[in-house]
Amino acid sequence: MNKATGYRLQVTDGWPAVADIAKRIQNGELKAIDLVKKSLDLIEEKSDFDAIISTTKKRALKLAAEIDEQVKKGEKIGKLAGVPFIAKDNFLTFGGKTTAASNMLKDFEAPYQATAINRLEAEGAICVAKANLDAWAHGSSTENSDFFVTKNPHDKTRVPGGSSGGSAVAVVLGMAPFALGTDTGGSIRLPASFCGAVGYKPTYGLVSRSGVVAMASSTDVIGPLATTVENAALVLDVMSGRDELDSTTIEKDPKGYRLQVTGDSLKGKKIGVIKEYFNEGLEPGVKKLIGQAVEKIKAAGAEVSEVSLPSLPLALAVYYIICPAEVSSNLARYDGQRYGHSAKEAKTLEESYELAREQGFGAEAKRRIMIGSHVLSSGYYEAYYKKAQTVRTKIIKEFKEAFKKYDFLVGPVSPTTAFKIGEKTSNPLSMYLADIMTVAANIAGVPAISIPVPTPKGRDSDRSVGAGLADNLPVGLQIIGPQKSDRELLGVANAVEELK
Amino acid sequence: MAKLTRDAVLKLAKLSRLKLTEEEIERFAVELSAILDYVETLNKVDTKGLEPTYQVTGLKNVMRRDEPIEYQAKPKELLKNAPAVEKNQFKVKRVL
Repeated sequence: MNKATGYRLQVTDGWPAVADIAKRIQNGELKAIDLVKKSLDLIEEKSDFDAIISTTKKRALKLAAEIDEQVKKGEKIGKLAGVPFIAKDNFLTFGGKTTAASNMLKDFEAPYQATAINRLEAEGAICVAKANLDAWAHGSSTENSDFFVTKNPHDKTRVPGGSSGGSAVAVVLGMAPFALGTDTGGSIRLPASFCGAVGYKPTYGLVSRSGVVAMASSTDVIGPLATTVENAALVLDVMSGRDELDSTTIEKDPKGYRLQVTGDSLKGKKIGVIKEYFNEGLEPGVKKLIGQAVEKIKAAGAEVSEVSLPSLPLALAVYYIICPAEVSSNLARYDGQRYGHSAKEAKTLEESYELAREQGFGAEAKRRIMIGSHVLSSGYYEAYYKKAQTVRTKIIKEFKEAFKKYDFLVGPVSPTTAFKIGEKTSNPLSMYLADIMTVAANIAGVPAISIPVPTPKGRDSDRSVGAGLADNLPVGLQIIGPQKSDRELLGVANAVEELK
Repeated sequence: MAKLTRDAVLKLAKLSRLKLTEEEIERFAVELSAILDYVETLNKVDTKGLEPTYQVTGLKNVMRRDEPIEYQAKPKELLKNAPAVEKNQFKVKRVL
């Protein structure tokens, strides 16, 4: 604990700004190979947090050497050249295994790469490792990983949040300047909040899902985790846009997502504070810090007032019908015949399905598959699935109404700070409730960000972020924008990040 | 209200192609019932006049050119994770 400020851990990634790395490699000041080695060393050094499942060392070193060779020959390198990054292990990548943290895929070697990875690689970014997650991204704590539990960097007895827990821990501990995650119900924002990182969930369809292990296809999005909004925005800029391999992708903003040098001001911005997120379930420490953040936004010139979206609390029940329904369909492909775990002892075809799935799936995957089978089965479909999709319309309408009056909505990311390891594992429903404030953005397909609440120290010139802490644990502020407002949302988040 | 019986759990396991253990059957009956109780709170929500939303950004019938594309992965790579392969094909247990 720093006695002067009361803040125990200043989160800093210890890397130059992502936008500067390639420039400094191009002019000979830095070498890609040194950056990749630094990243691999840090992964090794901080292995006790169990954030990483595997590294892609050999391939990463080869790619780095190629970039250094290009520079030597005087060739122009990509705008992310030599930037090491860490991908959640549900992104298909070359150079190692892609497991989704599941026993089903523990030996799986991807025959192709995710579009997001290919686009980053095309600009020279280098994937160095694969981060831990709740198996299949099912969870809010990373405790559902079939391999091991990732620890919170601020307190090892606590969870990092999930499902992109390994990615959040990796960036907060500086293992790489950015990481990739997926957010189906809050899986980027919740760990960002619990660990003190920036986590960005784009508008649905902005980043191709091709080559990412599918969870709930109608709400799955891909996004960056970083220690600054600027880094996250640059990564989004490179990954986003239409992709023939994912028919749900949308065009990117013609102006792109890189932040403007001048930055966006909060002056005159209309900000709605979501009333429903300040109920009795909100921890006092979180409430206080979010309240202070709102006051600072107001003091910076924004027009701030409370707004009610009464159907928002229904989003979680909607999600836990839609998500398992889509999970049960998406996980049907794991049948032990073409890839993934297979049951060698099976005697019949039927048994080869049932045993492979029984052995390869953990408890949470099984729960979701069976709930999905239930809500989609004949006679129940209308009562559950169709009803949920109709309540979804109601939630979308309320967002649209709110965005007629407000540019952005704000609230907490989570009602609590990081909880203890083991605290919620015996009650699956209590774990689901951790997503209560993040899930509505997925249901409506709108973009949302988690950023550490502004602290008196502000953002240091060395690009560290001061994680605002309640009981020595980080608290994330959530900012939600209308669909396709990603560019503006990142600008406003950057302005909030600069507040003291 | 949504209390799942043992038979109901077994039926879901069958539909899901999962061979559950005895312990799992008991555990899931309790856990799945609690989850269903929770999501059934939606039954009380008035949705009169509203249509379901299946696609949030309003895309419809997105087509691509009806032509083969040069894809990253070759058949050999697509087969490399298979438990059994014969003559460049997946080998499975007899179907009939």
